[in-house]
Amino acid sequence: MKGIRFWGTRGSLPATLTAEAVRQKIVAALAGASGRVFATRRELNEYVDGLGFAVSGTYGGHTSCVELVTRGSEYVLCDLGSGLLPFGQAALARHGAASPQTYHIFVSHMHWDHIMGLPFFKPAYLPGNRVCFYGGHPELEAALRRQQDTPSFPADFSSLRADIEFTCLEPGRRYDIAGMAVTAMRQRHPGDSFGFRFESDGRSVVYTTDSEHRLEDPAQTAAFVEFFRDADVVIFDAMYSLAETTSAKADWGHSSNIVGVELCQLAGVRQLCMFHHEPTNDDETISRVLADTRRLEEITRGAAPLRITAAYDGMEIAL
Amino acid sequence: MQFSSRQFANVAVAEVAGRIDHAGAAAFEQSLSPLLARSGTGKGSVVLDFSGVEYISSVGLRVLMIAAKEMKGHGARIILAAPQPVVAEILAISRFDRVLEMAPTVRRALEWLSASALAAYDAGAGSAGTP
Repeated sequence: MKGIRFWGTRGSLPATLTAEAVRQKIVAALAGASGRVFATRRELNEYVDGLGFAVSGTYGGHTSCVELVTRGSEYVLCDLGSGLLPFGQAALARHGAASPQTYHIFVSHMHWDHIMGLPFFKPAYLPGNRVCFYGGHPELEAALRRQQDTPSFPADFSSLRADIEFTCLEPGRRYDIAGMAVTAMRQRHPGDSFGFRFESDGRSVVYTTDSEHRLEDPAQTAAFVEFFRDADVVIFDAMYSLAETTSAKADWGHSSNIVGVELCQLAGVRQLCMFHHEPTNDDETISRVLADTRRLEEITRGAAPLRITAAYDGMEIAL
Repeated sequence: MQFSSRQFANVAVAEVAGRIDHAGAAAFEQSLSPLLARSGTGKGSVVLDFSGVEYISSVGLRVLMIAAKEMKGHGARIILAAPQPVVAEILAISRFDRVLEMAPTVRRALEWLSASALAAYDAGAGSAGTP
């Protein structure tokens, strides 16, 4: 495994950046530059880099789709959210339509934000391509077929001309897929979800989204600590605050930054990547949560530091 | 985690100290339970003196949330008083500062809850509660 590339990082529903939000970023950048002269392009770029991500960038709005970049020629993805659209475009731009490729796609569960990208995934319509779906739900194939049925979508599942396979994974069992060892784990979420641990080349990544971690159950906590153990990166559902997950949004099936930090510290994880951002949170809010979470890690740090990041569409992590 | 309480008129003041981590949260919950059980009797409101608490984990915060809900259901209140700066930061980062009643001091919490409890507190007239 060489790295991770994020194509969609929002939870529940795609989120758009409005014209007003773009305007506010431009106004903030221009206000900060008032009276300054940038003699070179480099000075200008340095100024932009110093503005902070909430002004100079955006976390993006596509729903869950994460690529694990392997050393092999086959693609590996987690989830089929709307981020699958730009991924498919990039893959076609790279290989062309006449060069068959293999795509391994691990599906955490079948809620709409995690499967809505498939009808727009052009490689699945092309004969010669191979698309292999993996998940813990036996109903995965039926759910993907149903979302393309009339009247939900004009092209039904039979329009997908690639060779398509489905594999139902048994939680806790190790599978060797695309040169990686893969293990699934059942998670607390309405209708269940599954987290996946990927290992290869001495690197390990855990994808655990749409999972309500409640640490008051020691056995369950211990099981997830083992699942996360010594991972290089844990991609973690930090959609809500802890207060929300213990009150109004209890049993909604999501977790918080606080629980993410605690689990990753217990497991000796190197990087916690917050993911599945609440769609109503703007860039400033997500950046504030990121800063808060880094502070929490600082004041609770044990033997080794835990790096904290917040995923954004287009973000890459090298392993 | 250490826990002791005294009753001042119609309010219990509990002193909590140490770390309410994953190991200490169960003891914290157990210590709180007698106070919660009385919350429907008119002597139910509780002030938690957090000045001695060094750390609270998500599990400890969950205990606080459940306690606050139960107290509210009985028409009683629970106020967290005098948290140390680190604990105050954890409460802010978890957004618990938006859902829990908090006071800068125990005395201020008693002011908000009950004149008779405040008078008893100022007179040092508390009675022993749960250890």
